[in-house]
Amino acid sequence: MFSNLRSIWIVFLHMFHKRVTVEYPEKKSYLPPRWRGRIVLTRDPDKEERCVGCYLCAVACPVDCISLQATEDENGRRYPEFFRINFSRCIFCGYCEEACPTNAIQLIPDFEMGEYNRQNLVYEKEDLLIDGQGKYPGYNFYKVAGVDAGVKGKGEGDDENKPVDIKKLMP
Amino acid sequence: MNSTLFHIVMVIGIMLAAVLIAAGLIWLERRMLALWQDRYGPNRTGPFGIFQVVADMIKIFFKEDWIPKFADKKVFVVAPAILMITILMSFAIIPFSPLIGVVNLNIGLLFFLAMSSLGAYSVVLAGWSSNNKYSLIGAIRGSSQMISYEVFMGLSLMGVVMLTGSFDLRDIVIAQKGRWFFIPQFIGFIIFFIAGIAETHRLPFDMPEAESELVAGYHSEYSGMKFGMFFVGEYLGITLISAMITTLFFGGWLGPGFLPPIFWFLIKMVGFILVFILLRASLPRLRSDQLMALGWKILLPLALINVLITGALILYFK
Repeated sequence: MFSNLRSIWIVFLHMFHKRVTVEYPEKKSYLPPRWRGRIVLTRDPDKEERCVGCYLCAVACPVDCISLQATEDENGRRYPEFFRINFSRCIFCGYCEEACPTNAIQLIPDFEMGEYNRQNLVYEKEDLLIDGQGKYPGYNFYKVAGVDAGVKGKGEGDDENKPVDIKKLMP
Repeated sequence: MNSTLFHIVMVIGIMLAAVLIAAGLIWLERRMLALWQDRYGPNRTGPFGIFQVVADMIKIFFKEDWIPKFADKKVFVVAPAILMITILMSFAIIPFSPLIGVVNLNIGLLFFLAMSSLGAYSVVLAGWSSNNKYSLIGAIRGSSQMISYEVFMGLSLMGVVMLTGSFDLRDIVIAQKGRWFFIPQFIGFIIFFIAGIAETHRLPFDMPEAESELVAGYHSEYSGMKFGMFFVGEYLGITLISAMITTLFFGGWLGPGFLPPIFWFLIKMVGFILVFILLRASLPRLRSDQLMALGWKILLPLALINVLITGALILYFK
């Protein structure tokens, strides 16, 4: 009997408590920087595409929502001919980001991608590519890679020694 | 002629006001429940979400009104109407203010008790005609609950009747001048309040509905406006019981003179409606046998003792 009255009183006092509802469209809650939301393709500092079309993201994807076709330009630099993510399948697990060797594919804190038409959830490369560098500024894969794809000459990359002159005997 | 017209206007006005208040309660309850649960409730439609009522009404009028093939059709249609009719009939005897009120029945209180007992038929018939075991369980619970509380509901009011010497609600209000009846009749007030909760099938005594156990109890099979009538009927019942408590124990329209009497009545009534909502927000549902044990073993003897002591004191001070 007393506990009933007490619970009624406690519930009544909740009248003066702060409300926990976040009124979403007007007020947005904080999303941490590592939030796994919409997937983007980033560019390196020279505004070139980072993606080298290695298919590792497509292999890592547990729901097979990534589809791409690699190709090469005249310098031998690899890039995706098309890159397609079906967001109606994507589960935002972030495995593609972990698999990516060039930090090209990244998940960003944005989840507002509702559509009325399911077909509009299939994002093409133009929709995925952004102008910025995402979470890893300053990283350029072809600057540290072993191959020359028109970005750097032999021995000009970061942390790379000049090539050894094999005609010289002295080290 | 003029007084006949006045009466017709009064009848229609009170009926519309009661239904409008009951519809408004749908919004009020959701807002207040949300407030007590640290939420906002409906706040998108209009200022403070007040047009939620309009939206709900539009929705419920345009829903498919489906009668199951296995239902007993005639009874199925009549059952929600019985609820609305009995509750709206009870509003006829309530004196809202010295001038506002439909009839001045000299057996007003008995009329109210009779109508509230008849209201239980709608629960029983709705559950029976639905031909559905959950509805039937709800109906059985409703009838057993009705048998338990109707007895002490009537007895709890006898103290008020003895103090006044009349069944007329106007006389009861006038007799409360200077001293409202909830002071000498506090036990009667508590017992009537508990019976009123059971009468309206509200938490913590909503066993006939019990949505977590019986789908929706006796109105599981109802849809469209027939369900809407049960829904509005429940809120009408809350309004009615609040109005009765105000009339019988809290001095009806009486109050300090700076407000018109009708405002005092409405303020007290809304206060009790809010208590009903607060109870829903805070208390869990009882078991069916717990209500009956409470009714027969505690509240009925208490009501009898209350009648006995009131009668003895009235005789002593005569």
